[in-house]
Amino acid sequence: MTGLDPAAEDLLRELAPQVLGVLTRRFGDFAAAEDAVQEALLAAALQWPAEGLPDRPRGWLIQVAQRRMTEEVRSEQARRRREDRVAGQLPADHWAAPPADAEDAAGRDDTLLLLFLCCHPALSPAAAIALTLRSVGGLTTGQIADAFLVPEATMGQRISRAKQRIRSSGIPFRMPAPEDRPARLASVLHVLYLIFNEGYASSAGPDLQRVELSREAIRLTRALHSALPEHSEVTGLLALMLLNHARSRARTDGLGELVPLAEQDRSRWDTEAIAEGIALITAALPRGPVGPYQVQAAIAAVHDEAATAEETDWPQILALYGVLERLAPSPVVALNRVVATAMVHGPAVGLAELDALRDDGRLTGRHRPAVVRGYLLELSGDRAGAAEQYRAAARHTASLPERHHLTIRAARLAQPLD
Amino acid sequence: MKYMLLMQFSAATVDFPTIDTWTPEELRAHIGFMGETNRKLAADGEFVDAQGLAMPDTAKIVRSGANGAPVVTEGPFAETKEWVAGWWIVDCESPERAVEIAARVSAAPGPGGKPLNMPIEVRQVMSAPTEEL
Repeated sequence: MTGLDPAAEDLLRELAPQVLGVLTRRFGDFAAAEDAVQEALLAAALQWPAEGLPDRPRGWLIQVAQRRMTEEVRSEQARRRREDRVAGQLPADHWAAPPADAEDAAGRDDTLLLLFLCCHPALSPAAAIALTLRSVGGLTTGQIADAFLVPEATMGQRISRAKQRIRSSGIPFRMPAPEDRPARLASVLHVLYLIFNEGYASSAGPDLQRVELSREAIRLTRALHSALPEHSEVTGLLALMLLNHARSRARTDGLGELVPLAEQDRSRWDTEAIAEGIALITAALPRGPVGPYQVQAAIAAVHDEAATAEETDWPQILALYGVLERLAPSPVVALNRVVATAMVHGPAVGLAELDALRDDGRLTGRHRPAVVRGYLLELSGDRAGAAEQYRAAARHTASLPERHHLTIRAARLAQPLD
Repeated sequence: MKYMLLMQFSAATVDFPTIDTWTPEELRAHIGFMGETNRKLAADGEFVDAQGLAMPDTAKIVRSGANGAPVVTEGPFAETKEWVAGWWIVDCESPERAVEIAARVSAAPGPGGKPLNMPIEVRQVMSAPTEEL
């Protein structure tokens, strides 16, 4: 969007999902509405720098997009049939459309509607992420492509294939029926969580854009939370994101290398985000029902509350991992629980539990068990054994910062003690 | 012109000890040098891409079998004497400049801060013809 000043760009980004929501509700065809909104954004990027900002930018965009859409609908027989079909399905009062720029409470509902639409069951998580970022996040295809380190043309294709897949799946592209909503909400939360992690856990590539993904995930989850304030897992996910994001400044050193939790400079943590996350999770937990996001947020809160690594309340973390393992068992949870066990009952008990996990086929070929084993050996004073495990883990991780970190850690252990 | 600089790791052509025997300071210096080099290339407008590859013993060799179904051979490959450890793609003005960049990354510090002088293969990336044929 060259030619637009940053303020206008921000405005477009904020308005795009609103316009898309209005058109989707009005025409009932998300895929066509999405195309029309992209064209309207392009028109704005071309016209606004020359002609100045319109008085009512939202109405302007809706009008342009709607015109595009109507042209589209009229020009194609298939589209006309679809329109008739949609018209037949919708109650008559649905066609009594509000004026283009009506100030309805739709902004909120539209975000929700769009999130539900983008996390369509026919889509792979990767496709749902891309579609969500463009439709609800208002990121341009170029920005999304940058964040995932693929060419813009590839990302554009991925998004249009996602829309095609939705069309051909036969599952209607509208707000799911009330009985289907809980399942769909679960995939909405999962997609938001994946977007957050893409920005948080992966240090590959130009980091700035990655942080933007985490921020975007937080913004969208916030919107979801304000629409569903009583939903405890939505609250739990928002709290989890805030509590993890609060540590992001301390997670890398000056060279961009990984700093593990125990070694982080806690004065660099974002106390405001921590306070907000703790308040959210404290309010959500007693309300129930308790789900995995809330438990993970509670674990993050215990970590964030400790002034030093030594003061961490490990017995509480161990108890929470026990709950998490019952709610949502996974190899990663099992490994994390082993660490907590070792911190409470000593590394020997942890190592014994780790041996028991060996039979878990889901961990075969993964580098994580070696990282944990190395850590427990280090705790028990077996420096050479720990170094060997870290080196083995370094050989098998696909993350370069993690490889660096593990190699340096092994080297440190291989040196004689002062 | 785009060039691919392939960092060739070869037990036969390098004479430094394997990386898991270096000290933490030596490792930090090496990693810092690589990061700094990439930032410098980006600042000069010559950086296109740089990636490291996972270790060769995590590699798979795939052939198409009957009906096009993949036939996979998993590592480790005992005969692996040299492998590509990673690459840069740079976009620079001349082949001489590509060679200069390759020499710079080849000099990444190793044990004792001495340059490793790793072999870097420089290959031009094919592109569309600049003139009509």
